[in-house]
Amino acid sequence: MPKLRMTGRGLWITVLVVPPLAFVALFIVYPILSAFAYAFFDWQGLRRLDFIGLENFHTVLFVEPYRSWTLNAFRNNVIVFFALMVLQNGLGFILAYALWRELPGARFHRVAVFLPVVLSTIIVAYLFKLFYHPLFGVVNISLRSIGLGWLAQPWLGQSSTALWSLIIAQAWHMVGFPTLVFLAGMQRIPGEILDAVRMETESEWVKITKIVWPLVAPSATIVFTLLFVGAFNWFELPYIMAGLDGSPFGSTDVLGLYFYRTAFGNVSAGQQDFGLGSALAVLIFIFIAAIATVITLRLRAREIQL
Amino acid sequence: MKANLIRTGAALAAVLVAAPAFTQDLTFWSWRQEDRAAYQQFIETFEAANPGITVKFETFEAANYNTILSTALAGGTGPDVMMVRAYGGLENVAAAGYLEPLSTDTVPALADFAAPALAAESMRSDGVIYAVPFASQTQLVIYNKAIFDAHGLEEPQTWAELEALSQTLKDAGIMAFANGTATAWQNETVTFGLGSSLMGKDFYNDLMAGETDFTDERFTNALAAVNDLAQEYFPEGFIGLDYPSAQQLFSSEMAAMFIGGSYELANFRSQNPGIELGVFAAPGLAADDEKLVGLYFDGGYAANAAGTHKEASITFLNYLASHEFGQAFANTLSNISTVPGVTFENPLLAEVNELNQSSIPYLMLAHFRYGEPSGSVLIQGEMQKLFAGETTPEAIGEVLTTGLAAWYEPFQN
Repeated sequence: MPKLRMTGRGLWITVLVVPPLAFVALFIVYPILSAFAYAFFDWQGLRRLDFIGLENFHTVLFVEPYRSWTLNAFRNNVIVFFALMVLQNGLGFILAYALWRELPGARFHRVAVFLPVVLSTIIVAYLFKLFYHPLFGVVNISLRSIGLGWLAQPWLGQSSTALWSLIIAQAWHMVGFPTLVFLAGMQRIPGEILDAVRMETESEWVKITKIVWPLVAPSATIVFTLLFVGAFNWFELPYIMAGLDGSPFGSTDVLGLYFYRTAFGNVSAGQQDFGLGSALAVLIFIFIAAIATVITLRLRAREIQL
Repeated sequence: MKANLIRTGAALAAVLVAAPAFTQDLTFWSWRQEDRAAYQQFIETFEAANPGITVKFETFEAANYNTILSTALAGGTGPDVMMVRAYGGLENVAAAGYLEPLSTDTVPALADFAAPALAAESMRSDGVIYAVPFASQTQLVIYNKAIFDAHGLEEPQTWAELEALSQTLKDAGIMAFANGTATAWQNETVTFGLGSSLMGKDFYNDLMAGETDFTDERFTNALAAVNDLAQEYFPEGFIGLDYPSAQQLFSSEMAAMFIGGSYELANFRSQNPGIELGVFAAPGLAADDEKLVGLYFDGGYAANAAGTHKEASITFLNYLASHEFGQAFANTLSNISTVPGVTFENPLLAEVNELNQSSIPYLMLAHFRYGEPSGSVLIQGEMQKLFAGETTPEAIGEVLTTGLAAWYEPFQN
């Protein structure tokens, strides 16, 4: 059995490692575990009653009205994820490519693209809420002024447009982040490889698909995984723009809002139920952890070591 | 000299140690940040009359107040005295046993309070009162007197008159109503602020007696009428118009009417001090249909059952239930105090108080917020669907009845 001696080095490592471990244990591991535990109890408001096993999980997944609320929120999260994959990460890749190729004004645009990321979500959400205002919003006013008044909509009030309006606001807000990560990835591509490609072909398309895209795979792994986690934890923007109820009639409801409403209640809801809320939180956590692991492993596998 | 110093020091120390035993410091929690100055005033009056008790007023964000309060109470760090919500919101806190039960023995003034006000602050299961109710709110139509006068309009006596005057305003290029329904809870306000007289007292009584449900024609016809009026006379794109924007349309005098609660009056005044306001109960179909407003109680003052200064808390509650406080509350906060015998200096409040004499309870809040799904959540979403043309009033009646049957026993057959 190896002896554990507190030499100077060992002591140092212990002193440096213990506080952050304790911090993580206290503020991250403990709350997650206690949410796990809460999910197995019956609650009256914030008062814990009896142990009821998997009853809460069964309720949120299979008992009406929770079942349809859960499904609806989950479906919206899935839409958000795929839409942002195209609008945020897809556009981010194109923007990064344009910046990397040093198109005219690249210096200015590098800052401009990243600027919205720096803004607080609250500011962006209120800004877009004003943009979408049915009477005075810049969107409707612009449409009317160029003779497309028939396209003017109550954007945030229709089930057909509300979620998409939020998605566009979110994409505008965060598109700078994947752009930056992709750009960093592109800048790491060695010049020799690019020179070699230039000898073979002039086609940008071939260059993107055969060289750039495979070589920025590590960047793609990061932004895809973060987008997945972000899309399923989405809360601030819909909370500010649509309210806790996912107005209108649940068409912007997402798991984050639904969890908050269930656990803490809102003014219009009848009850606050920590048990159901915790069960939801646990389900969301397991789902995100499992899928994010799969995504990371699969995407890692296609990364190429240079 | 030195001995003197030591003696003085010892005496001072003794006073410092003993001081907490002489004064009782109460903490008092509220969600009314905007009323802070007024409450400081009330508290000063109370402290002057009750030496030895001090009250510290603390406010928290309204939307999350219940969460913050229940968390604190559960953790044993709750306040001594607190504002609590009414109905289902009260039960959330009271059912967990955090609140001190009140009676006419401990707070004698409660004996004279109106029964519906006390019911709003009692548990349905045992009928025990847990809080001193503080204000009632009324859902009605607020209108801009100057605009009405300029177009020679009068308060409508029938639904047809309401439509006609809205048409007159619309023809004159003025928005008849300011309301929008993008903010979920505004749908409930609009529905019952406009529809209470159309539904009628008989419908309410039958519903409570378990003799009818929401598929009743009196209810669904009212929803249809509300929808028709909204489509015609609410602002363009009102389904995408949120609550603050709607308030601004009215307070900036771009629109002539606002369906809302009596709590809007003070706010409109402070936004636009020059605005001349009037109120009326939305009419029924015929002139002799009783004109009803939707009435509910806002919340109450409760004491912490586990508080360290319970006696002082009860003394403070007795002050909060007194005529003196009720009158000061009505005068400074422009709210309808629930304390009996309070008179209203403000003519508008006096008028609201008058309208309250013929009312039905604000239905979903008073009776259908005790389980999931709550009637409020259902009606809000369903009305948004109706306004967007995605459902019918009859279908709403079905959804409400079957949805509420999940926990509301009279609908379970």
